[in-house]
Amino acid sequence: MSDVSERPATRRIPAPGQNLESKPFWDAAKEGRFLIKRCNACGEPHWYPRTMCPFCHSTDTSWLESKGEGEIYTFSVMRRNTPVPYAIGYVTLDEGVSLLTNFVDCDLDRLRIGQRVKLKWTPTGDGNPPVFTFTTA
Amino acid sequence: MSIKGKAYVAGIFEHPLRDIPDRSTAQVHAECAKGALEDAGLSFDDVDAYFCAGDAPGFGALSMADYMGLKLKHTDSTETGGSSYIVHAGHAAEAIAAGKCQVALITLAGRPNGSRVGLGDAATRGERFRMAPPGGGGGGINEVPEAGFENIWGGTTHNTYGMCAMRHMYEYGTTSEQLAWIKVAASHHAQWNEHAMLREVVTVEEVLASPMIADPLHRMDCCVISDGGGAVIMTTPEIAKSLKRPLVKVIGHGEAPKGPRGGKNLDLTYSGAVWSGPPAWAEAGITPADIKYASIYDSFTITVLMQIEDLGFCKKGDGGKFVADGNLISGVGKLPFNTDGGGLCNNHPTNRGGITKIIEAVRQARGEAHPKVQVPNCDLVIAHGTGGSLGTRHGAGTLIMERE
Repeated sequence: MSDVSERPATRRIPAPGQNLESKPFWDAAKEGRFLIKRCNACGEPHWYPRTMCPFCHSTDTSWLESKGEGEIYTFSVMRRNTPVPYAIGYVTLDEGVSLLTNFVDCDLDRLRIGQRVKLKWTPTGDGNPPVFTFTTA
Repeated sequence: MSIKGKAYVAGIFEHPLRDIPDRSTAQVHAECAKGALEDAGLSFDDVDAYFCAGDAPGFGALSMADYMGLKLKHTDSTETGGSSYIVHAGHAAEAIAAGKCQVALITLAGRPNGSRVGLGDAATRGERFRMAPPGGGGGGINEVPEAGFENIWGGTTHNTYGMCAMRHMYEYGTTSEQLAWIKVAASHHAQWNEHAMLREVVTVEEVLASPMIADPLHRMDCCVISDGGGAVIMTTPEIAKSLKRPLVKVIGHGEAPKGPRGGKNLDLTYSGAVWSGPPAWAEAGITPADIKYASIYDSFTITVLMQIEDLGFCKKGDGGKFVADGNLISGVGKLPFNTDGGGLCNNHPTNRGGITKIIEAVRQARGEAHPKVQVPNCDLVIAHGTGGSLGTRHGAGTLIMERE
């Protein structure tokens, strides 16, 4: 009987590991700003953020604030071997890049490919930055 | 054939810094790569082979290849400590001499001095949490370039392959019934394998009735978890002919990594087989229609379906129709596959199924498979696999063999 009530409502997302290249992203995340990278040489945005553009290999890349809106490219709800079901998936941002994320605060059984979603920061606690989860728009 | 005179060192670069407190390890690898390419007068787009050792952050060569946006025909992450790069240069010469690649990039980079600096309190937390959760979560320093952005989402093999299946269904109308046929075929084969973990023949209905693990993959869409192992001996034609075993020779090979490629035009409906297959077919001088038996890596049913399409056994998107109605069952369908029961029913030693794919293909080519599943006149066989995850980044390998 007690196991149901003791279950967490959502999966706890761990704090992200960082390195010196990704630190600006996570520092901005702490301020609620969601950044992607764009190449000043070829104009293409990319994800995950790198110093060197993975398309034209220029190192002239800049941080760009994203509105954090887009649509579900694909997803899968994990239903076993987890205390609570959770949804992993890719979102294609309106800026054109796709990123891996979790869908939170929505009915996981009603997720659909093509559905509009928006960024929703999820805290990770202990002074760590929040992570870029998404929820239905 | 010898490597003598077949490969040249065209570019070199030594990183000028001895303390690098201000950038990531991946970044330093890329800077070295760029420097050597500039020295040679070549570009990243010219590189078709990448070699790295344990200092490269991530999973073998896959993370750095994806980080640098490389499009590759050959990768090698042989680890022999500090001598790795000399070993790599030899391996690169072999690959170039054999026509497997034309421009090989070898990188080394690391920051034992600088890795603690510059992250402020995150570095301290890293010390505290370093041993805590697996997979790159838990804060702290992680030099694997994609880790902080990808490893926090609870990605498992099940749900990352589930994402591929979901998108394949969306784009091509592939159904769970069609995927189930792959498991059904494997079970038909496994019933004859006395070592198989799951020997019971199952039906499409039973697969669909098994519990949902990660949408849309049911338990029976997933391979087994098993101990075990395997080994393969390769040798010269002369020695092979001196032995008392049937002669099975390699006639074609191809390999390729695939990753999200900067997040642009993400497409999870195909695998690296679209690049590892064509050079293998060309080298062998045959087409998919010539193949009598196929070992296809079956971590999940969707893995098989995508690779069958990508290798050209059917048109992209037609995999569902191709695998249905017993088309993969030996003696019944057009493409007998995994006649040992494969990963879905037989075994998946330490979650790595590549070697058992070669082994059953060789059994078939020798005529030594179980009589109930042996393909008659089985002179041309293929063993193909992907490792890592089709949902994030993976490496594909294709091996075509012929019985003399």
